[in-house]
Amino acid sequence: MFDYSFHWRAAFKALPDMLDGAIVTFETAALSMILGVIIALFLVFMRQGKNRLFRGFAATWISIARNTPSLFQVYILYFGLGSFGLHVSSWAALLAGITINNAGYLAENFRGGLKAVPDTQLRAARSLGMSAPQAYRLIVIPQLLRIVFYPLTNQMVWAVLMTSMGVIVGLNNDLTGVTQDYNVKTFRTFEFFAIAAVLYYLIAKLIVAVARLLSWRLFRY
Amino acid sequence: MFDSSFSWNDMQFMLQGAWVTILLTIISMIIGTLAGVVCGMARALLPRSTVPLAWVLDVFRSVPLLIQFVLFNALKSIAGLNWSAFVVACVVLGLYVTAYCTEIVRSGVLSVPLSLRRASRSLGLSYWQDLRQIVMPMATRVAFPGWVNLLLSVMKDTALVMWIGIVELLRASQTIVTRIQEPLLVLCIAGLIYYVMSLVIARLGARLETRWQEND
Repeated sequence: MFDYSFHWRAAFKALPDMLDGAIVTFETAALSMILGVIIALFLVFMRQGKNRLFRGFAATWISIARNTPSLFQVYILYFGLGSFGLHVSSWAALLAGITINNAGYLAENFRGGLKAVPDTQLRAARSLGMSAPQAYRLIVIPQLLRIVFYPLTNQMVWAVLMTSMGVIVGLNNDLTGVTQDYNVKTFRTFEFFAIAAVLYYLIAKLIVAVARLLSWRLFRY
Repeated sequence: MFDSSFSWNDMQFMLQGAWVTILLTIISMIIGTLAGVVCGMARALLPRSTVPLAWVLDVFRSVPLLIQFVLFNALKSIAGLNWSAFVVACVVLGLYVTAYCTEIVRSGVLSVPLSLRRASRSLGLSYWQDLRQIVMPMATRVAFPGWVNLLLSVMKDTALVMWIGIVELLRASQTIVTRIQEPLLVLCIAGLIYYVMSLVIARLGARLETRWQEND
């Protein structure tokens, strides 16, 4: 029943390449998070604004990002844009797909965070003589950050895990892509993907650890 | 411009794919919820002795689902089990749901105030009676929104099973795209089906939630 000999040596030889892939994965995730946070802030303000067009746009974005699979979002960017004659690389499609997804989820988090900061805080700050930007910078944002910090960390881990979908649209230089390349050459599926799984686990744990350290430093008072 | 070679047969093919998606979601949710309730209760009631369990389940949340599918598929071949891809998908998704459901159940059980449980014990309920009649109903209400969210996210994550060769909704639409070469139309239909399924689940969940809150 169990006549399979593991060949770990070949898999470990590929480790440097896979580590390079891991860096690409991390960079892609980090980039999509940065873009996602910026877009999410815009979406939150659009949603609270008076312009109906902007409000509808933000609501549509958020509901599409949250109600369809992220793989579908990558697909429609990769294959769907092709029918307009727009050919994007698989990396760009992956990055855009994850960014759309991140922005949708983060916008909801930010909205909840803003709701949790009482209105009275802002009014008190204004009545103490702060200008509106000052009140936001010194009073609202620090409290908001504390609330959304944990979801933000979670979303970052999610972004790293989502980059693994790049291989389905043909990306070959991120961690899963590199692993798949080796897998196709050697058919040592289990060994290579086991190492990839360990690397993903380490990246996820690293993010959580750094976030915990940061929160200990930032929120000590 | 509007004539398309998308036929009713293609639509039926996609709906069959959607049915596979639904089936996968239901089976994995049943497995995951049953296991998750057991593990979650254990985690909440015996926090010290079940720490290793938490580590194991944490692995399933920190490794991409795609890699879990591939790994388990390879493991199945290595172990010589003659399982179909569908069974593999159900097992992996079931474990994945277990990992999340455990946390949801655990936080639900921990949200029941200890004083309430002491009160029920001092009124003469046994340990198990207290769990079944006091803790469970209250924990369910706290955990339910999280559970619906999990259901929604699993429904979307089933799209990844295409990698191990199951024809579900997204794979079905891709097959049609390669044949009729109209990616935008076909993918939009697939997206619409996903969107409607999500919306229905979310609405049903919200309705059930408000109905439960009426009696509180």
